[in-house]
Amino acid sequence: MNDATAVETKQIYDKGIEEGAARLTPEKIKQVYQQMMSAEAGARLKTYVQNCVSCGLCSEACHFYLSYDRDPRFSPAGKVRQTMAELMKKKGAVSVEFMKKTSEIASTECNLCKRCAQYCPFGLDVAFVMLFVRRLCHKLGISPQYIQDTAHSHSVTGNQMWVKEDEWVDSLQWQEEEAQEEIENLRIPVEKEGAEIFYSVIGPEPKFRAQLIYQAAVIFNAAGLNWTMPATPGWDNSDMAMYTGDNEIMARIKRMHFETAMRLKVKRVVMGECGHAFRSIYDVGNRALGWRMPPVEVSHSIEFFYELLRDDKIKIAEKYKPTVTIHDPCNVVRGRGLHDMLRYVVHAICENVVEMHPNREHNYCCSAGGGVINCGPPWKMKRVNGNKVKAQQLFAAKSRGAETCVAPCHNCHGGLEDIIHHNEIGMDLKFLGDIIYEVMEKPERV
Amino acid sequence: MHAIYNFVSGPLAWVAFILFFGGILYQLISRAMLARKKDHYVYEYWSFFYALRSIAHWIFPFASTNSRNRPVLTIVTFVFHICIFVAPLFLFAHVSLIYEAFGISWWFMPDGVADILTLLVIGACIFFLVRRLVQPDVKYLSTPTDFILLGLVAAPFVTGYWAYHQWPGNEFMTILHMFSAEVLLVAIPFTKLNHMFLFFFTRGYMGSEFGGVRFARDW
Repeated sequence: MNDATAVETKQIYDKGIEEGAARLTPEKIKQVYQQMMSAEAGARLKTYVQNCVSCGLCSEACHFYLSYDRDPRFSPAGKVRQTMAELMKKKGAVSVEFMKKTSEIASTECNLCKRCAQYCPFGLDVAFVMLFVRRLCHKLGISPQYIQDTAHSHSVTGNQMWVKEDEWVDSLQWQEEEAQEEIENLRIPVEKEGAEIFYSVIGPEPKFRAQLIYQAAVIFNAAGLNWTMPATPGWDNSDMAMYTGDNEIMARIKRMHFETAMRLKVKRVVMGECGHAFRSIYDVGNRALGWRMPPVEVSHSIEFFYELLRDDKIKIAEKYKPTVTIHDPCNVVRGRGLHDMLRYVVHAICENVVEMHPNREHNYCCSAGGGVINCGPPWKMKRVNGNKVKAQQLFAAKSRGAETCVAPCHNCHGGLEDIIHHNEIGMDLKFLGDIIYEVMEKPERV
Repeated sequence: MHAIYNFVSGPLAWVAFILFFGGILYQLISRAMLARKKDHYVYEYWSFFYALRSIAHWIFPFASTNSRNRPVLTIVTFVFHICIFVAPLFLFAHVSLIYEAFGISWWFMPDGVADILTLLVIGACIFFLVRRLVQPDVKYLSTPTDFILLGLVAAPFVTGYWAYHQWPGNEFMTILHMFSAEVLLVAIPFTKLNHMFLFFFTRGYMGSEFGGVRFARDW
């Protein structure tokens, strides 16, 4: 048995799961299961679970399966078999121990990346099933502690990181002042009604990565755009409630976000380099609120930068020298097909690019997405070891000269950073914004 | 023996066909209604163009990435699926039975070809069986139902081959052939063999989402 398997089979203590489970009884589980089945389970769930012919064609789609020595329990169908299929077979008459393991599988062994849907001949959606299971776990109160805390933060503050309203505005002013040292007239326009663009970010940006707001301001300034950021809750587009299956809070904070855009009367929302947040406002949250597509135009940074570069709104002084490789984030690539625009941007700002394989919509996930990294420290090594294939990809890219990995997604950054560090790959990790800020011309504007 | 033969080839065949077609209708209608109630997204995002685009990539061999990754399995799977339709539908004995009963007929293939197709089906079933027993992930996933269904699919072909070649006990085998085919027909709508028709909907919906919302290929 190698290290990875040892970590994986070791019992991992998660306070959220354990303490929640301590309050559960088999009767309670059965009751909640049956309520949920009658209220929410439909034709898709039934078909996705019962129509799997156990062909194993999805196995190799999953980085967990590939990374854990092809352990069949990590195949996408295997995860359904261990969780939802068993629940349905027993009509919810399962033990508390079973539900603990179920919560662990659904929350920490699947990134909801939907790669398996591209490998299943029938197009069965394992991510959909895992999300259903997570919702059941949410209703039973056995979601992992860290991600549940994040969902609480969303509920209380409207953002992911317990950022208070005054702290948010302070952070914007602080970054504005910092940026003014470099560009004197630069502003971060707050609450500008009728601005063309509402720039929205995720909670961790003001909290840990404030320089990203600075860089974005410089880019907006250079492009001469009419943009704004709100001073009120609703500025954060991230959504971990979406990943715990807490659809009520998810819909509530998405409404806050969209209503903020409406209040500011903006033409579109441009969002920072985050994948899951894009999924939440482009695909999931709008549906939950009854909008087929988002009620306001939504663009991910990749698309936005693509437009700026294509239309010569910003000029590149000198391309980025070190060879880069590109990590495709699932939620904007498999989720929105931005892979070609991503390549356009990277090639426009970098001199040398080498590809990892497989790439584009067939990319491997970073193993942090789908709320897995948000399950926190207890589950870190499981996720890092569960993505040796990504480490191999990065090593392969490095052997062909790549010194920097571009990953236009916050979760991917977190995940890749851990993978790079743990496997001692020795590679820089950058957002598109980092590189654009570094290589662009920065004209003074009024 | 004659009484059983008459029963299996007469009333039981009617029952099987009624349950087969009725079952398909029931499954389609009940699922469509359930989806209307609980999965309105399916109707909202369904797109015939993207559904057909996805189906086309999965219904032709080597048009999807995964089918290219596993050439042997792809060939076996496609040969298997083609043969289980072609062999029974265009078999001389079947066509002539239909002609005797209803006065309609269609093209049939030479018996030698039918023999080959039948052997291909049996060979593919053995391949799938071995795969289920040997390949760790497939072995792990396989349930008793999967083995039973595989046997159910193989049975009419094995018994049909036996009966045609007049091997010992072929009378009994003929009855068993009809009976197993009838069981299979009834099983199709009510087991996961219903992927025969649900495939078009599961693949089609995934294709619709990938095409119309995600702007990415799902093959």
